[in-house]
Order: sequence, then C-alpha cells, then structure tokens
Amino acid sequence: MIRMEKILKTRGLYETFPRKGGNAQGATHYCAGCGHGIIHKLVGEAMADLGIQDRTVAISPVGCAVFGYYYFDCGNIQAAHGRAAALASAVSRVEPNSVLISYQGDGDLASIGFNQTFQAANRGDRMAIIFVNNAVYGMTGGQLAPTTLAGQKTATSPMGRDTATAGYPVHVCELLDQLQAPVYIERCSVADAKRVMQARRAIRHALEIQRDGKGFALVEILSPGPTCLHMEPLACAEHFINEMEKEFPLGKLRDRAAEIPAATPDTTKYPTLNEFFGVKVGGDVKGSGPRADVGEIRVKVSGYGGQGVLRLGLLIAEGAQKAGCSASWYPSYGPEQRGGDSSCAVVISGAPVGSPVVAEPDLLVAMNQPALDRFTETVVPGGTILYEASVAKPPARHDVRLIPVPALAIADKAGNAQAANTALLAALAYHRLVPVAAEALQAAAEAGFTRKPAALKLNRQVFADTLKWCAEQA
Amino acid sequence: MSTTRFVKGNEAVVIGALYAGCDSYFGYPITPASEIAHLASAYFPAVGRVFLQAECETASINMVYAAGAAGHRTMTASSGPGISLMQEGFSYMAGAQLPGVIVNIMRAGPGLGNIFPEQSDYNQAVKGGGHGCYHSIVVAPASVQEMCDLTRLAFDLSFRYRNPAMVLADGVLGQMMEPLRFPEEEALPDECGDWAVRGTAETRGNMVTSILMDPDVLEAHNAMLEAKYEAMQADARAEEYHAADADVILVAYGICARVARTAVDKMRAAGIRAGLFRPITLFPFPRKALLALTAAKKRRILSVELSNGQLRDDLFLQFGDGTPVELVSRLGGHLVTPEQIIGAVAAGKAPG
Repeated sequence: MIRMEKILKTRGLYETFPRKGGNAQGATHYCAGCGHGIIHKLVGEAMADLGIQDRTVAISPVGCAVFGYYYFDCGNIQAAHGRAAALASAVSRVEPNSVLISYQGDGDLASIGFNQTFQAANRGDRMAIIFVNNAVYGMTGGQLAPTTLAGQKTATSPMGRDTATAGYPVHVCELLDQLQAPVYIERCSVADAKRVMQARRAIRHALEIQRDGKGFALVEILSPGPTCLHMEPLACAEHFINEMEKEFPLGKLRDRAAEIPAATPDTTKYPTLNEFFGVKVGGDVKGSGPRADVGEIRVKVSGYGGQGVLRLGLLIAEGAQKAGCSASWYPSYGPEQRGGDSSCAVVISGAPVGSPVVAEPDLLVAMNQPALDRFTETVVPGGTILYEASVAKPPARHDVRLIPVPALAIADKAGNAQAANTALLAALAYHRLVPVAAEALQAAAEAGFTRKPAALKLNRQVFADTLKWCAEQA
Repeated sequence: MSTTRFVKGNEAVVIGALYAGCDSYFGYPITPASEIAHLASAYFPAVGRVFLQAECETASINMVYAAGAAGHRTMTASSGPGISLMQEGFSYMAGAQLPGVIVNIMRAGPGLGNIFPEQSDYNQAVKGGGHGCYHSIVVAPASVQEMCDLTRLAFDLSFRYRNPAMVLADGVLGQMMEPLRFPEEEALPDECGDWAVRGTAETRGNMVTSILMDPDVLEAHNAMLEAKYEAMQADARAEEYHAADADVILVAYGICARVARTAVDKMRAAGIRAGLFRPITLFPFPRKALLALTAAKKRRILSVELSNGQLRDDLFLQFGDGTPVELVSRLGGHLVTPEQIIGAVAAGKAPG
C-alpha cells in the first residue's frame, strides 16, 4: 500500500488544488481524457526530479491552461493571450538564475502569440515552451485553430477547414527550426503510453537545458482533447496517432544541448551611476545664484543644416546657465521645421524660463538668407539681428539693431568655413548681446574640442579674429 | 549645488529612471519617443542593467508586466499609437496590481496623425484606457528637471501602490534642453518578497494573476482597487503661480503650463491679475487644491491644452457645480502661444 502511494504521488504539483476553489480540490479543471493532465504531471515530475522548483517561474497564458497556477508547485505568473513568451523573455533577463516554463496552447502560441514565440526563439531566450497542440481552441469553445487539420470541423469551420479560405495547418516546430538560436526542438505526443514516455524524456531534456541556462527549447505535444473534438476518448487517441501525426510528424528537429556550455553568472564589475555619469557628489558646478539683473532674452538661431546652428544655440544656452541664468534650448520641431533648414530657440532669464518656444525673438542670429527671409519680421522692435554679412539681401528693418558679420569669410580665412558659427558666437560676445562674459562663451565653445587639438586651434583663431574684426569696426 | 548639466528631456527621463533604480528597459521605437530607447540602449547595459528592443509594443508592455511581476523596477516608453497598443497590458498590470513605468511622449492624432506635440492622450491616460475599472497613476512633467524627478516619482508611486504609472509628456519636453541637476543617490531595490514571483525559494509560493472567477471576489477586488485610487489623493500634487489673488486662473499641464506661465507674466505686467494652476499629477488629480482656489474667490477659469477639451471636461467633473471653464487649445501639432491665451482672456468677460 505504501509502495503504491509512492508510485502515485505527484511530484512538482501541489497535493491538492485550493486555488481552484470549489469542493473537488483533488481534481483538475480539465475535461476528462484531455492531455493536459498527463502533460502537467510530466512537467511537475521533471521540475521536482531536476530540483528546480525554487528557481522555476511557470507562465500560463489565456487558454485552457491559464489556471496552471492551480497546479504547478513553483512561482506562477498568468499572462495575457499570446504573450507568455514575452513574459518569459523579460523574467529570464531580470532574474538570471530563474528557470522559465511557458505552457501554451495552439491558438495562444501559433495564432495570436506567434510573433512573441518566434521572436523569443530567434533571440534564443532562456525558456522551455511546452506547446500543447490539440488542433482546436478549447477554453473558448472549440473554434478553428492554426493547427486544425484540413477538413476538420470546428465551431467556426462547421463545414470543415477549407484550406482555400482558412489556410493550412501551421507547423510550428518546422518554422522555428529555420532559426539559428534555438537549442532544442522536438514534437511528441501523449496519445498512448509509449508516446507519453517519449514526451516525458523530451520535457525533462528541455528543463535540463533550462537548469543549465543554455537557451531556448520547445517541445510540441500532440494532445488529444476528446471533449472539444467531440470524440470518444479511444477514437480520439487513434485519430491523433493516425491522422494528426501524418500532418505533424513526431521527432526531434534539433538538439544542440551537448555543444553549448552551461551558463555562468555575469561577474562584470559595473560602474555606479555617479561614476558612469561623472557626477561628483556635492557638486562640481558653483552656481552664482539667481540673476535678478537679467530679464528674459529670447533668441532664435537659424541657418542651413550642417552649419552648426543647433550647437551655436546650445553654446549660448550653456554659457548663460554657467553665468547663473536659467536657460532653455529647443530645436525647431513641429510644423516650423522645414527640409534643409535648421533653427533653434534659446531663452535666457534671471527667473525660471516660461515657454521655451520663441515666436518673437529679441535676438535673431541668422546664418543665411532663408533665415533672414523667414525671421526678420518676427524680431521685436528694439531687438537685434546678428547676421552673416555675405547674404544677397540684408534685413530691411529700421526699428532693430542690425549687426552684419562676415562670419563665413573669417572662418574660411582661418582654415574652415564650418567654423562660421564660432565667429557669430564671438560677435555675440563682443557686442554683449547675452548676459554672459566673452571668456565664458569662448570656454563653452572650446569645451567640445578637448580631444581635437586642430579643431581647438582653429576655433580659437576664429574667435580671436572675429573679436579683432568687431573692434576694428567700432 | 550638485552636478548640473544641459540635457534633453528625453535623456532626463532615462537618467531619472536609472537613479530611481530601474534595472530593465523594454521598448519598441516610435517617433518622438525613440530617443529614450536610444539612450536606454547606451546607458542600461553599460551600468549592468537590462535593455531589450521588443518586437512590438504589445511585447514591450508584457515584458514590463513580467519584470514588474518579478518585483523589478522596469519601464517602457512610446508615443500615441504604441501606447494604444499597450492598453491591454496596462489593464492586466492594474488588475494584477503590478508596478511599472510607462513614458508617453505624446504626438498628434488620431490615427497616425503626425509626430508633432499634442496632449490628446489625456483621457486615455487618466481614465484608464484599457478594459475594466482601473486607473494608471499619471504624472505630467513641465521641465527637463521634472522629466527626471517625476520619472523617479512615478517609480516610487508605482511601487507604493502596486499600480502602473505613466509619465505623460510631449515632443517639446522631450526635445528641449535645460539644466538638469543630477539626483546623486540611487534608489535601492524594493522589498517585495511577499508578492513578487522571481524564481527564488522565498517567492516560490507566490502567484500573479488578474483572473478572479468568483463574481463576489472580483467585485471585492474592484472595491479594493477603487479605495486604492481614492487613497492616492494623498499624493496629488499641483503648482500654483500667482494664483492666490488672481481673477483669471489658467489651468494647464506639461508644455502648455510653460506657455501659460509666460502668458501670466505678460498679463501681470499689463495689470491683469492672472495666475496659473498646474496639475503635476493628473491622476490622482489635485482636486482639493483646485477647489480651494475657487472656494476662496470667484474667478474665471481657462483650460489651456493641446487637446479638444479633454482637460476642460475633467475640470467640469472636478468642480461638479457647473463652474464654467473656457477652452484655449491648438491641435495638429501646433502649440498654444502666450498671445493666444492673452487674447482669449481679453475676449472673455470679467468674473462676477
């Protein structure tokens, strides 16, 4: 008697199923004759025998096995329809020591969730997918599944599956076998005792692969479901052996487990966030406090893409921030953005900056003709336009200050017309158009070139030449 | 003063998440939120954390669901269409009481719309959005600093209440640069061994599910969730700017609050007593603070938003007494301007 109990004792499953509720807490919720009961038992046994229950997270997506957590004695997460593999991919990454079992039916895995299955397999994510194929939707009431056989009658193919309109049975194992990453793929059946023993070996092997952290394994199991297929149990088993196996031949499609070494823990020493971002606790910036002397200055910088427009704006904003002001920088974005043009808005203020968007600038820095064409009229009366002197049509405004600077020529003469933005920055500093010291603006400009001595030299030259040019004009 | 650096709003989100202890990022690219994924892919692995580009938004949110189920601080970021795809996942997270942070850099809709800023996902964000009775926590940054700080807050609230939390921002906040004061201190992992499922001996008996087959049990579960949403009122936040003596109150969040602030300054300079009420948490909505303002004095209320009155309608609900709320809005990717707001104030009647 004792010996008999030992044989029958279920391993890896709870002894009774109180989570199920109701009176029959020793029985499963599955239909009589359904393969789920056998497969649950095989999975439970394998978990227990391999000693991985503490490490295992079983994922049960919508389908008949959505209540997997009634039974599996391990951590359990219930998933939305089709998404079990995505869940397993995530848990495998955030919990490197975990073992993932994704227990899925054919509608869930091969229809709504096929992409998640396919992508997880393609990434070679650590999980054992137990794919239960009974060729029909169970929980929702016997509808056409992706694995339904040609001609098979279901609730949504009452005349039998017409392959001309409903397509052909989907061969999941064969499809996934096209991918590089999976470690192990096998199709089994639980239609008779001999087949159950092979399924037992396959499930155990898939879980060994998980125990050793080797990667993706999928075991498809042809699982008779007499109730939802409207068959007598024996006839159903025969149908699975004679008909289903014609469409879905049993066998091992691949097994690379022996070639792959067991995973080892990541022992990399990673930097702390403060180390990574170069954050000095206690601070490396001395704020000079709020600048009550500074009102709001709204700046627009515009030119061709590639002229360093955005960088020029950023240098102004950073310089202002270092000088104790509030500052914002905002690249043209939204309906304002046009192909080929580049512009940005900078707002400087002694108080917190309100809108970062500049429609009516106090200062326009225009690096080309289109910038003047677009923005000259938007400058507020009494404002300033600092612009590239070589434009064909200088701005015609008498109520704003106009400052032409031959930025392109100065930069070109120093060696590279690309540095014209530096010339405009220097002119802006010379004329004190923003409340930032010239040295601070120059330092901001040079900060980007610490590892490029040639660029630094050119930058310095352009800055000095422009200051000199401005002084000569005065 | 701590370390301060000029960064984009999108970068501030990633920095805030990392200092909040977020150890995993799962996302799918979409403009204008992609930059968050770019930076996360550069930063997360470099400091030993997980980055995974998922195959779609449905996968992303389910990965967030799972990492949250394992008790980890985890996140995703997306925009309009991608956020719509994630709604089933939010509902599952709320039902199963799982933490997780979702960043929505709103774009203009409906449909594919365009990639320019709107605030038209307001209802979707604060009313639930997915199926069933639930709410996400929603925070609405209005500066680069807040893109960082409120992302941290979102993680804290998400774990405190075991509920999904959304950082609701827009393309302007994502793209603009401002000084960011770095947080300095990293948050520690959360104690959640009593509910999380993480593949350890301690958590082996735990399960995460949102199925409750018994109607009585599910009704009680819903009542518990409702009580939780009401309790969140304790964490409602708002900012007031020149509101105390104002005759005209502008209500705005996110980028609109920045524009409204400029409008308030201009109106004050012109002798108009205008003020700003800025909800920082959109759910829980800072109801008490708003009602205190209108109880103290009769005022004109204008809702300034980049949507078709979604915030205004919520204000109607909050007042509940027929208090009129005027609408100032732009759609399609256009921004409200200070001049538009000032014009609307000038066109309306004085209060009383």
